[in-house]
Amino acid sequence: MISSDNIIEISNLHFSREERAIYQDINLKVPRGKVTAIMGPSGIGKTTLLRLIGGQLKPSSGAIEFDGDDITQCNRKQLYKVRRKMGMLFQSGALFTEMSVFDNIAFPIREHTDLSESIIRKIVLMKLEAVGLRGAAKLFPSELSGGMARRAALARSIALDPELIMYDEPFAGQDPISMGVIVRLIRELNDALGLTSIVVSHDVEEVLSIADYVYIVANKTVIAHGTPEQLRHESSEQVIQFMQGKPDGPVPFHFPSDDYKKDIFNNA
Amino acid sequence: MLDKRLQSLGRHGVDFITGAGRAGALLIGALKPAGRGLKLLPLLIKQLYIVGVQSLIIIVVSGLFIGMVLSLQGYTILVGYGAEQSLGQMVALSLLRELGPVVSALLFAGRAGSALTAEIGLMKSNEQLSSLEMMAIDPLHQVIAPRFWAGIISLPLLSAIFSTVGILGGHLVGVDWLGVDTGAFWSVMQASVEWQEDIVNGGIKSLVFAVVVTWIALHKGYDAVPTSEGISKATTSTVVQSSLAILGLDFVLTALMFG
Amino acid sequence: MISKRIELMVGLFLLAGISAILVLGIKVADSQLGGNSASYQLTAKFDNIGGLKVRSAIKVGGVVVGRVSSISLDEDFSPNVTMDIDTQYNQFPDSSSVAILTSGLLGEQFIGLTPGFVDEETELLTNGDAIEDTRSAMVLEDLIGQFLYGSNDD
Repeated sequence: MISSDNIIEISNLHFSREERAIYQDINLKVPRGKVTAIMGPSGIGKTTLLRLIGGQLKPSSGAIEFDGDDITQCNRKQLYKVRRKMGMLFQSGALFTEMSVFDNIAFPIREHTDLSESIIRKIVLMKLEAVGLRGAAKLFPSELSGGMARRAALARSIALDPELIMYDEPFAGQDPISMGVIVRLIRELNDALGLTSIVVSHDVEEVLSIADYVYIVANKTVIAHGTPEQLRHESSEQVIQFMQGKPDGPVPFHFPSDDYKKDIFNNA
Repeated sequence: MLDKRLQSLGRHGVDFITGAGRAGALLIGALKPAGRGLKLLPLLIKQLYIVGVQSLIIIVVSGLFIGMVLSLQGYTILVGYGAEQSLGQMVALSLLRELGPVVSALLFAGRAGSALTAEIGLMKSNEQLSSLEMMAIDPLHQVIAPRFWAGIISLPLLSAIFSTVGILGGHLVGVDWLGVDTGAFWSVMQASVEWQEDIVNGGIKSLVFAVVVTWIALHKGYDAVPTSEGISKATTSTVVQSSLAILGLDFVLTALMFG
Repeated sequence: MISKRIELMVGLFLLAGISAILVLGIKVADSQLGGNSASYQLTAKFDNIGGLKVRSAIKVGGVVVGRVSSISLDEDFSPNVTMDIDTQYNQFPDSSSVAILTSGLLGEQFIGLTPGFVDEETELLTNGDAIEDTRSAMVLEDLIGQFLYGSNDD
């Protein structure tokens, strides 16, 4: 692959928080126009990775190249410019609670463009139609179910037609129906709008069903990557444990501790 | 033992200084207009409603009662000297110089300050602030600035309303119930209250309190640990720190103005 | 985005706050907003000013005509009081006298100005003039002393 086919290239990324290393030497490429998934056990900071790409956090070292710009070297102004090309769907949706669904989606358009209200209305309704919520435009976020809130938030993230959209745990806490809806939306939006998508998740089956390329992150670095098909036949024990959800394996069931017998009988 | 204490002392010192640094950055970010004047106006109006209008009832009721109590207490003391005609002066000066600015600032910290902290803490915890950043919109401009200005505009007005209602309450008790002559009540008051010395100084106090309380509230919310425990801690510390700051600054300002 | 009701309430709130400030200024402090009217200065030298303070009132027959603007001590250790008198009262002859009086038994002290006689020799007091005829504050301790020892002195 030549480099311009990748919208994001992360090289030799190190990141630590309060002296605790979160990532060591991450290398990762996101091909343009594809759905790339980043999977891994919970608690390894997958969301942190998205925040690094969005420039909300600065890595200790390494480079994150987004569409030709190195995010880590951007000043505030450049960063804000770059971010207009990104959309992000937060785990909680992060809709503004004091505005209606319509205003939520109109908000980034009103902020960043000088379009007239009638054009804004058309754009918003189109985005809402895409996620199937045109009928809910007048509702407030508190009146939406979790799945609907996430779809509304998705409509807001694509309001300005970004080139890249990042999904932070889009499947977490969803019932099977809304999960199915979101899986379909991610794929359809990606193909219909020519987006690039990054999905961060630990729901193996859903991710494998839509991703074009998958990275598995554990132990502070990338332990495996490939197409879903390649990963299913991966022989590494760590990958097998994660993909099949085995309780014990390289990631131990027990939290590191002293010898069990010694601990039990040593009651002094 | 001593080693650990020194360490924790040092850590607290560093925490305090970095906290102050973040608070300063917050203030500067909130004050930069960044050429968004017109877009900010609707946000400002909305915050004026939440911060100002919704604090109005507690301010009016408290002002009324404090004026009435002042009048009642003052009357029983002054009547011993046959000086009950000075009641108006006593009520007006106590309210304008001290109670108006201080009590309304304390009420404001409890009513509006804690709500601001909790709201911003919640916006942080459900990622609304992050999502603003990702939409390339500075949350300092969008969220912090309108609330800051609303606080600064609201509190001096609330405190003027508090004093006015308090004086009316004092009049109600002193003149209508206790029988002080209404002419004497007003004329002694008017002879002793000075625009510059009493009303403007009271206004300056209230402006200072407004900046401090709003700043503390916003900083605590913005800096809160985004969990339910963190937000409740931040809310409590907004009320505690604002109250201490109000009382401490009141002494300093009083010493400078009237000392 | 914001309902008309909220805009209305905020408008009413701002109006209420501003009118409260106006009420305080006009009704409570009884000040003429828009700056103090012009004044001219007179000085007077006393032996003892008692509890007179800066901004104490200067009254003629009970009407406030000005306020004390500064108090200083002369080389001969007698207090010198500067008074700001409203220019609308500029008809006082140089034979006028001032006295430090007390409102009531325990009230605050003020300067009582008594306009003097007018004949062809007198001129009107103008800015910077000094009033020669002054009567100092009564000091309670001195009064008691005079009362106790007064009969022996005569």
